[in-house]
Amino acid sequence: MRTVHYHSREHYRDKVFPGPFYSRQKALNVNREWSRWYDYLSVPAYSCSTTEYFAGRNACAVFDLTPMTKHRIGGPDALPFLNRLVTRDVARIKPGRVGYAVWCNDEGQVIDDGTIFHLREGDYRLCSQEHQIDWLMINALGFDVTIVEDTHDVAGLAVQGPTSCAVLKRMGLAGVENITPFGIDFFDFEGTELTVSRTGYTGDLGYELWIDPGHAEILWDRVFEAGELHNIRPMGSDALEMLRIEAGFILAAEDFMPAMQTVRPSHTRSPFELGLGWLVDFNKPLFNGRKALLTEKENGSRYALVKLDIEDNKPANHSYVFDMKEKNIGWVTSAMWSPSAKKNIALATVEAPHGKVGEEMQVEIYYQRELKWSRIMARAKVVKDAFWDPPRRRQTPPADY
Amino acid sequence: MIRGSRSIQIIGAGHNGLVCAAYLARAGHQVTVFEASSQVGGAAITREFAPGFKVSAAAHLVYMLDPGIEKELDLASHGLEYARTGLQTISLSEAGDHVRFNGDDVDGVSEGDREAMREYRRKMQHFAGIIGGLHNRVPARLGTTDRPDLLELARLAFNIRRLGKNDMREFLRIAGINIYDVLQELFENDALKGALGLDGTLGTMLGTRSNNSVFCALHRYSNGGRYQLPKGGMGTVSNALANAARAFGAEIHTARPVNRILMDFDRATGVELQSGEQIEADLVVSGADPKTTFLKLLGAQNLEAGFAHKISNIRTRGNVAKLHLALGSVPDFTGLDPALSAERLVIAPSLQYVEQAFNHAKYGEHSRRPVMEISIPTLDDPGLAPAGKHVLSANVQWAPRELKGGWSAAHEAFTESVMNTLERFAPGICSQVMHRELLTPQDIESEFRIEGGHWHHAELALDQSMMMRPVPGTAQYKTPVDGLWICGAGCHPGGGVMGSAGRNAARAIIERSGT
Ligand SMILES: Cc1cc2nc3c(=O)[nH]c(=O)nc-3n(C[C@H](O)[C@H](O)[C@H](O)COP(=O)(O)OP(=O)(O)OC[C@H]3O[C@@H](n4cnc5c(N)ncnc54)[C@H](O)[C@@H]3O)c2cc1C
Repeated sequence: MRTVHYHSREHYRDKVFPGPFYSRQKALNVNREWSRWYDYLSVPAYSCSTTEYFAGRNACAVFDLTPMTKHRIGGPDALPFLNRLVTRDVARIKPGRVGYAVWCNDEGQVIDDGTIFHLREGDYRLCSQEHQIDWLMINALGFDVTIVEDTHDVAGLAVQGPTSCAVLKRMGLAGVENITPFGIDFFDFEGTELTVSRTGYTGDLGYELWIDPGHAEILWDRVFEAGELHNIRPMGSDALEMLRIEAGFILAAEDFMPAMQTVRPSHTRSPFELGLGWLVDFNKPLFNGRKALLTEKENGSRYALVKLDIEDNKPANHSYVFDMKEKNIGWVTSAMWSPSAKKNIALATVEAPHGKVGEEMQVEIYYQRELKWSRIMARAKVVKDAFWDPPRRRQTPPADY
Repeated sequence: MIRGSRSIQIIGAGHNGLVCAAYLARAGHQVTVFEASSQVGGAAITREFAPGFKVSAAAHLVYMLDPGIEKELDLASHGLEYARTGLQTISLSEAGDHVRFNGDDVDGVSEGDREAMREYRRKMQHFAGIIGGLHNRVPARLGTTDRPDLLELARLAFNIRRLGKNDMREFLRIAGINIYDVLQELFENDALKGALGLDGTLGTMLGTRSNNSVFCALHRYSNGGRYQLPKGGMGTVSNALANAARAFGAEIHTARPVNRILMDFDRATGVELQSGEQIEADLVVSGADPKTTFLKLLGAQNLEAGFAHKISNIRTRGNVAKLHLALGSVPDFTGLDPALSAERLVIAPSLQYVEQAFNHAKYGEHSRRPVMEISIPTLDDPGLAPAGKHVLSANVQWAPRELKGGWSAAHEAFTESVMNTLERFAPGICSQVMHRELLTPQDIESEFRIEGGHWHHAELALDQSMMMRPVPGTAQYKTPVDGLWICGAGCHPGGGVMGSAGRNAARAIIERSGT
């Protein structure tokens, strides 16, 4: 465990510290720019975010996800604990499987989303965007569970893109190609255990590698050695942001306000309002927010989160959304020109009853050319599917690219 | 009122559970009460504490019992009788300069203090009336657009507004401040101030200088504040309630502890007794304190986490100990006319004294010189003791539930402090003691099954009152679990032998359980 001594007078000096891959990241970080991701230094872009993005779509991109908040949850009541915590049925996440989940407060408002790794029978890892240990401890009352936040004890490396499987095979991870989407497998690696899950935040073929921080550097080296022929590149958070928007994945504190950080009640969102109704399982007798969500299901939601396909090619960042009668009905939370879909795309929040698939809207886009601002009203249409969803994402074993 | 015929189980035959049972049975429901103890009454019972000596084992004076309940359930015909009503309060002084008061009437103080007492009483009765007016009402839920809730909120606002400009300003000024400042502003006499200050703290983890102490005094005065001594002790009140409930058809079982509340999918469906027997019902109503109900009988894992967290954070640290003495003869309080020994005797000789007694509690220690509220019921009700012998019953404060070092190590030392304190006001009393019993909050917790041994089940404070009592989301006696209701002192309007929580719960169930 990497112990952070908050009692030390010097604590502020190492409050944000270099991660386990730091030496390797530093050598490759041509831009010498660092950002902060909770307790860690993170790289926004090693050299050029567009190139890094294309590595993720056309070859293999490697991203350090160690700073992602991680928890280990075990004990006899681990399953009932998780089942009361999240809205979906965790019993259906079998050992060796991963499931995406959201969790709510009693009012049915989303606190965060994340992934539940059922590593081995009754032994779970919960990854979340935000720090969750307080909420997890509050949830522990009445359950025989052990909960450890082990963010600092587990190094995480995302290896994403069409050639990712080939890279891992070349690295010697025999059978890695047999892992199905959302599957987990374990490998002996340099005298330690390497956990590999077929998961990611890119909506493409990809894997996440989990190892003790002491083996982080050698893991990095071995991945990059194996990837040389497969066009491997390190990727920063800017490129990842592009990949996840194309995949239609939402980001806490960007596409919605986590309920715990929200002051005004109308600024929180329910799973239905985030398009995550498919994660809500009312067949469970109890989970946080169940009653409120049942009521919402009956009475209707206040908002909808939509995917927009926008005419014109200027990214609609921070835009207002209007209906066809110019009435303001919402706003864009994430936007980009998608090079892979060749579309101008956005995630937006619109007020009910708007947001039906196929609905036409308008987006007010401000853009700058050589410092001069211009404004256009661009037509947009609500679409159902992710902007990027290639078949290789689901193919097992993946083809060798 | 809709006549119902649902089967309803009530957990706990505390007086609130009994009141609730009586009203539900009266409305035609099939009511079954399961009480863990071998007798009914909860913290309102009479029991033997030494061979031949009986005492009101927790609550010992009646001053809050809702007169409406007494009348509607005709408790007199069910056996409720008073040995004496209208007890005076005597604030004892070591030197014998006692102050005696009853209502506006004060003896042993200056003319200025008499005048001040009239003004203080006028104000406090007036304000207590507002609070009292809410006792029989189901509090409004906040943040709804439900018509009854909005009307209830409007009513509260109207009652405050109706006070008139000056009194309204005064009410809003003092309701949140502390009783020390209020009394200091008005009175000179230390013993008078001490006794009135005690009224703002008794039963709570508050000193006279803590905010909420004015609210606590108002709660105490809200049903008129007349002290009465039931004949045969507090158990008489509870037995009369049980008789009334039975007369309406309720079944009451004692010595049947409930092990847990049964759930089917997301609904409470009955109880499992300690014997293992499972009994189903349409509705379950708990008269136990909120932590016992939700965390022990239901289990936090059967609640949404935010709610369970709020319940676990209810302040329930009890701080009153109960002293019972079997006496060979009537104690001799220095300078007190023996005829007055039967009144409500208070050891709170000054605000300073009360505050110092509280200081210890802040740091997890018991008071070295505690404050006390004493009654010698045998002077009016000789049947409680063998002929010629007496019983002294006293609420003793502060004795924090969470004592540094634990109670088993400190029990003896605290009893000594209590006896030494008594000895200073009634020299020779120690030698009159034939038998003594001191119940710490820990003992009260286990004997009466009240979490923390708390007088009110949940600390009486503005942030845990009305629509926030015990926690937001249950203020209307309905819990987040379908089929489960609560009716004990942890609900609005709080503790004391009053019955209002039980009756309000019954009313809410009758009116709203169908919805
Ligand atoms: C030391 C002390 C002195 C007090 N003095 C006074 C006073 O002088 N005057 C006054 O008006 N008030 C006084 N009070 C306050 C008053 O006694 C209480 O507020 C009141 O009695 C609470 O009544 P209740 O019915 O709400 O709860 P309780 O009387 O606590 O009843 C709850 C019942 O539930 C039962 N129960 C709990 N768990 C289970 C289970 N699992 N299965 C079955 N049954 C269960 C308990 O055995 C109990 O009978 C005093 C309190 C204390 C502690």
